[in-house]
This record gives sequence, C-alpha cells and structure tokens, in this order.
Amino acid sequence: MQKTQRLNRFKQLWPFYVLAAPGIIYFLVFHYVPMSGLVLAFKDYSPFKGIVDSPWVGLTNFRDFFSTSDFVILLKNTLIISFLNLGVYFPFTVLLAIMLNEIRMLTFKRFSQTIVYLPHFLSWVVIYGITISFFGPSGVINHYLEQWFGGGANFLVSNEWFRPLVILQSIWKDAGWGTIIFLAALAGINPELYEAAKVDGANRLQNIWNITLPGIKSTIVVLLLLRLGSSLDSNFMQIFLMSNGLNLDVSNVFDLFVYHIGLEQFNYSFAITVGMFKSIVSLILVVSANYAARLLGEEGIF
Amino acid sequence: MKAKITWFDGLIAAIICLISLTVIVPFLYIIAVSFSPPGDSMAGNLILWPKHWTLDAYNYLLNAQTFLTSLKNSVIITVLGTLLSLVVSIMLAYALSKKGIPGRRAVLLLIFFTMIFHGGMIPSYLVVKNLGLIDTYAAIILPAATSAWNVMVIRSFFQSLPPSLDEAARIDGAGEFRILFSVVIPLSKPIIATFTLFFMVQFWNEFFSAVIYLNDTNRWPIQPLLRQMVAISASNISADAALDAQLAANLGPNVQNAAILLAMLPIVIVYPFLQKYFAKGAMLGSIKE
Repeated sequence: MQKTQRLNRFKQLWPFYVLAAPGIIYFLVFHYVPMSGLVLAFKDYSPFKGIVDSPWVGLTNFRDFFSTSDFVILLKNTLIISFLNLGVYFPFTVLLAIMLNEIRMLTFKRFSQTIVYLPHFLSWVVIYGITISFFGPSGVINHYLEQWFGGGANFLVSNEWFRPLVILQSIWKDAGWGTIIFLAALAGINPELYEAAKVDGANRLQNIWNITLPGIKSTIVVLLLLRLGSSLDSNFMQIFLMSNGLNLDVSNVFDLFVYHIGLEQFNYSFAITVGMFKSIVSLILVVSANYAARLLGEEGIF
Repeated sequence: MKAKITWFDGLIAAIICLISLTVIVPFLYIIAVSFSPPGDSMAGNLILWPKHWTLDAYNYLLNAQTFLTSLKNSVIITVLGTLLSLVVSIMLAYALSKKGIPGRRAVLLLIFFTMIFHGGMIPSYLVVKNLGLIDTYAAIILPAATSAWNVMVIRSFFQSLPPSLDEAARIDGAGEFRILFSVVIPLSKPIIATFTLFFMVQFWNEFFSAVIYLNDTNRWPIQPLLRQMVAISASNISADAALDAQLAANLGPNVQNAAILLAMLPIVIVYPFLQKYFAKGAMLGSIKE
C-alpha cells in the first residue's frame, strides 16, 4: 500500500527532478568539484602524478605563504583598495543618491539617471580603453598638462597614480548604479515627515540631515557591513587590466597573485593555498557581517 | 503647493550636470576621434565633434579579419550563453519554487552555500581543463551558465505568482512541463526579459575567462582583443599575446576608439530596454555580493 503511494508520488513529482537536474549538475560540477580541488593546498601537486598521487605536505604551503613578505604586501594592497572604496566611493554614492532625490524637475531627474547608470553596463575592458584615451601617455589629460604646465604624468605606469585611478574608475562605472538601492529606500520615507518639518520651518539641508539620512540609515549600515564582509575581494577584472610590471608594488592583490602564481608559473598548489586562505577569511567576514547586521537590529543579508 | 526654486535647487542641478558631463564627454570624445582622421586627435587634443568626417577607421576595422572573427565569436558566445543561462536558470528556479518536493531544502542549501564560499580561480581552471573545454566556446559559456543569485531571484518571482493558476491547469490534466511552458512562462515575461538582457550583457562583456581558457586567439571574443588593441598605447606595456601584426601596425587613435565604440555598441543599443526593467533587478541585485 505504502509502496504504491510512494510510486504515485514519484509519478507526480519526477518532472520537477528532471527540470532541476541540469542546474544541480551545474552547481556540482562548477562549484563543488572545484571546492574539492582545495585539497591540493595540502599537497605538493605535480601534473605527472595527478591529484590523487601527489604527496601530502600538510600545512607546509600555508606556512610558506604566511612567512613570505608577499603575504603582508598582498594583504595591505587588498585592504587599502577596499578601504579607499569604502571611504570615497561609498560616501560619494550616498551623496549622489541624496542629490538625485532632491531634484524636483522629474524629466531632469530621469535624464540624469539615464546618463549616470549607463557606465555600469560597459565592460571593464571598455572602461580601460577610455581610461587610456584620457590618462595614457598621449591621452587628453597629458596633452593639457603639457600645454598648461609643461609636463605630464605617467598615470598608468606609476605606483602613486594606481589607487586614485582605480577609485576614479569605480566611481565612474558604478556610483550611479549604486544609487538605485538608496533611491528605493528614499522613496519609502513617509512624506508627512517633510510636511511636518516644513510647518516647523526647517530648511532643505536640515531636512536632509534630520529626515533623509535617518530614513536610509539602515540601508547604509547593511551595505557598509556587506562591503566590509567582502574586503578581501578586489574587483579583479579592473585590477587585472590596470596592473602592470611598473605598478605591481601597489596593484598586487590576492586574486592577481593567484593568477600569476597559478596560471603563469603553474605552481597550482601554492596558488590554491593563497586562494583558499582568501575564500575562508572571506567566508568568516561575510558571516560575521551578517551577524553584526542582525545584532544592530537590521534584517541582515541572509 | 509647489515651493519656489531656490539657490539650493540651482546648486544641485549644477553638480548633477557636472557629473553627467563626466559621463557624456568621454562618449563624445570616443565618437569624435573614431570619425576623425588620426592627425586630428594625435596628441590627445580633446575633440568632441569631428572637424573632418571620415569612415576610415570603420572601413578598416570591418575589413580586418581578426576583428571580424572576434565579433563573430562574441555573437556566438552571447547567443548560446544567454539561451543556456535562461533555460538552466528558469527550470531550476521553477522546480525549487514548488513546496513539498523531497530534497528541496537540501538543493536550496547547496545553491546558497555557493554564494558565500567558492573554490577559487585555480580549482575552477583545473575543472574546465580536465573536462577538455580549453579552446572551446563551452569554456566561456558553461562555467557561467547560472548563479545562485539568478536562481533565487527567478524563484522568488515564480513564488509570487498565484498558485490557483497552475492548479487549475493541473486539474485539467496538464503535465508539469506543459504548465511551465504554457502557463508560468507567459506570465513571467518581465522577469524573463530582465534576465535575457542581463545575460546578454554579461556574456558580451566577458573578458577574463577568455584570457585564461582560450589560448587559440581565433576563438577570442571582442573584449580580450580590444584590450590588446588599446593596451599598446598604455606606453611601456607591450601586448603580451599575439596581436595580429597587421592590426597592430594600423592602430591609430581613430581605429582604437572605433574599436571601443563597436565593443560597447550592443550594450548601448539594448540599454533603453535594460533601463525599462533593471530597477527591480537591481534592487534584488544589491543583495548579491
């Protein structure tokens, strides 16, 4: 009896398993099989011996990594870019959202939104190309620096200019797009608050300070925590394109190091060790960020 | 009850105009340079409108075999990738949107975990390599077939549909596949349109997987080729892989900027449609990373 019931249930449900199968296989093959590849961090991988037969080396790879000067430099470079984004890009996005929100002419507001959202959809290579057109040795900026001050700068191949350029690119590409979530939060603020403030004789700046900012506080907090949680993730595409031999002192971040060690020098085990360190610390950071958001009474990310 | 326009409105408008200009000016510059003879922009002169119109750069690029091949590769990858992503994401999201199927929670957990932990670049590379996908379009398409975020967003859309509709179809004797294709999908046009556009943009803009998975430059899509074409001007940086010698010899600023423009043209064309749908997607998307 129970058997037929189960059979009936299977007859009813099998289409769902068929529909889910390709997706599940995808996640297993392209996400979970790579996770199993992390065992190579504990081995001295040699392509001739294969994954299974390469000898175990315990934590040697980790010990080697933490004892090199590379580790400190990578950590420093990665964190500096993350914190510059946090300190410059993020406030700029909030400010831009508030300014867009203050525009009262609807057509002008919509027009500016159309303009500032667009760069988000361009590829990093296109942004890199535009950057070269303007900041390259024969680019627009250098042309005018020569003309007005008699000398240009090697923006693309110098340690000093790498970070400012990267932050500038991030702002140009994504600050407009980043306003969307704040604009949505701003739309949710009760208009009666502004009416009441008007009766009290508050001016626009006071309104922004006393009503608008508190209204998007929780969004700001959650996004800030989220960004802190991903401090070790640099925008790899961008860094990869902008880095070169002459600015490697400041442009070398974890992901780039993994690329150079793993795919250019074929030292898989060591590259995987570095990648694994990053993945685990990121996992801890993201979970902590979520926990912190909940502690603060926000909804959290998951 | 309209308040009068104050200095504050003026200030905001001025700042926003300035910010918009920083977006518009680079675009105008790229267009102007690409339609000008190389001499007009050689020294980085900021031109926003061509003094002497010429189609030389486009004539040259659209007859350069390397460039045409990369465009063809990009189109193939974008079309196949978008189709595959749609099919895989929608089917999985639909299956997971139904309550009471044994194993559902386990699969959701399996998918969710990939949002916060991943094996990283090298293990993924080894998987693609061991599957024998190096130098195939599949190396670009398959690893990007879907993502936890895509599945979750589409799933929550399916869950918001009234359950009475497919129940009615089920009573009429329709099978699950028919319900999905003739009831659910027609009701999900907005979300499908959104994701079609997102997938298209994603595959068209894909760059890094081509660099690591495609040694054969004949398979290269437009983005890695464009990188080589523009990197030559970044001074001391020499293009590291084999850029077609003839293409390299003819790289003036006009050809480079024409290439930039052609590489972003499809995005600019779909942008109005994107804009129509993206607000909703972006709201959910901000929770992505």
